[in-house]
Amino acid sequence: MIPFLDNHLYYVATFLLLGIGAYMMISDRNLVKKIIGMNIFQTGIFLFFIAAAFLDGATNPVLSQPGPYVSPLPHVLILTAIVVGVSLTAVALALVVRIYSEYGTLETDVLAEVRADE
Amino acid sequence: MSDLLPFLVAAPIAFSVAALLVGIARSGTGWYVALAAMGLQTAIAGVLAVRAFTTGTIRYVVGGFEVPFGIELVVDGLSASMLVLVAVVGLGVLAYARQAGPRSNPFYATYLLLVAGLSGMCLTGDVFNMYVFLEIVGLTAYALVASGDSGRSAVAALKYLIVGTVGASLFLLGVGYAYIATGTLNMADLAVKLADVGYTSTLVQTAFAFVVIGLFIKVAVFPLHTWQPEAYAGAPDSVSGLISALVSTVSAYALVRVVLDVFTPSFLAANPLARDLLAAGAMVSIVAGSVLAVAQSEIKRMLAYSSVSQFGLVLGALAVTNGTALVGAAVHLFGHAVMKGGLFLTAGLIGTGSGGRTLDGYDGLGERMPVASAAFAVLAFAMVGVPPAVGFMGKWYIALGAVEGQLWPLAAVILLSTLLTLAYFARLVERMYFRDPAPAAASEASAEAEAAVVTDGGRVSLGMYAAVVAAALLAVVLGLAVAQYGQLLEPTVQALLS
Repeated sequence: MIPFLDNHLYYVATFLLLGIGAYMMISDRNLVKKIIGMNIFQTGIFLFFIAAAFLDGATNPVLSQPGPYVSPLPHVLILTAIVVGVSLTAVALALVVRIYSEYGTLETDVLAEVRADE
Repeated sequence: MSDLLPFLVAAPIAFSVAALLVGIARSGTGWYVALAAMGLQTAIAGVLAVRAFTTGTIRYVVGGFEVPFGIELVVDGLSASMLVLVAVVGLGVLAYARQAGPRSNPFYATYLLLVAGLSGMCLTGDVFNMYVFLEIVGLTAYALVASGDSGRSAVAALKYLIVGTVGASLFLLGVGYAYIATGTLNMADLAVKLADVGYTSTLVQTAFAFVVIGLFIKVAVFPLHTWQPEAYAGAPDSVSGLISALVSTVSAYALVRVVLDVFTPSFLAANPLARDLLAAGAMVSIVAGSVLAVAQSEIKRMLAYSSVSQFGLVLGALAVTNGTALVGAAVHLFGHAVMKGGLFLTAGLIGTGSGGRTLDGYDGLGERMPVASAAFAVLAFAMVGVPPAVGFMGKWYIALGAVEGQLWPLAAVILLSTLLTLAYFARLVERMYFRDPAPAAASEASAEAEAAVVTDGGRVSLGMYAAVVAAALLAVVLGLAVAQYGQLLEPTVQALLS
């Protein structure tokens, strides 16, 4: 394997996810897919935190055990961030439902046409 | 006394739940619950501000977990000012929302949650905690923007949500880098440990870049402002007043806090590129925001673009990083909230009362709605920077700081922006006072007015006038108190700069 990838696998994966998420948010015309892109974007950041806490050969953070242990704090932080992400997705989907019932479409280009006629 | 700190966050949340629960039994009670909560909030914020200005920084450790590990709440002069601002503007807009706003109990519950989130952002001394409050503010702001009747507000809210989430996520990514570099999240601790790691370390530089770009989106710095005009123009009148006054302001406060408290001025000194980035963002925002505002014909969109320009000034003060400019930034944050919130509320009042929501609708308004027009004119001139209004004092201190810091381009841009601000406000005042409403436009306007009364479901009320007139008076009176306020803020500014 290419040595860079070997050492930075999580890092590369994180920025791939961020890139895919950002691309979906910008270029996808369907509103629900934009929200999925937003979720992927956030997942990239979750992976970033979890990978940062990971240590090769480390065990659970229990004081009586010998040896290095995985830092528990990033996991706890990400738990909070996941909750935030779920709430955001819920609010976004609620908005999408309202937009659909108002305009009858989820495609941004159709939406722009309908709104231009208003 | 420091036990009061958590109540600034806990009380609005508790009252928000109360508003929902009471609403099950009796609808139409939400406003009274919100009024009680905001009254309490104002009282606590006032007491804490007096304490912070007389005895210095107040600290509170949440849950008894000692400081580098647990979450800390901190109130110094700057955050005390912001807390008072949040409480007072919240109370003022509430008086306005009695008639104008969406009047359901869930609306008031969300309103209180937003106040809790904003207060939390001002209070917190922990960067991850700040992210959580940033998202609470975001979530409630999206919901409030969407609380309008039309589909337009839902579309605006979704756009705001997607862009705002990217901003908050980038902030979180920056926090992650800072955590990897230092292993701590406490702001005071981070400041020490980041210095140990070294300000030119790539990790620290990356952390700075992500945190600052994330907050740029939340503050709506050009060209990351695209969510703002849509969101402010699409929201109901009272909501645009509230979020235009508070959300970007508190994000700008967070930016000042993170850049000066966590990364410290030494970081800016060690990385000239970072300072240039701030200064460039400031100057581009000031000019581009003003130019875009001149191009708008819808009043609320024009006011939104004007915000992009005004926050450029605060950013400029941050790039200058000297005492005078920082006092200017604090004054301008405070003054802009009062003026811009007031302008949005007045625009809403005029829209409800006369149906005029575009430039043409303001023809001859001075005769039809004298009080509202006078308030709008006073706030507009305060915004342009006519002394002794608070808008002048803020700009004056920032420009003076730029001259002291030898940042001549910024000083020039501030002067230019004053002319551009005059360009878009003077034409409105000219329309209001020196033009007769065209006969055809007048009948159309009255027909529009009837339509507006039906769709907004309310009429112009005394509370709406009270909020608007109070904002206009404050915009002038606060300008006279700036010198004393500058002295009060002196210890805080010294602490931020050291």
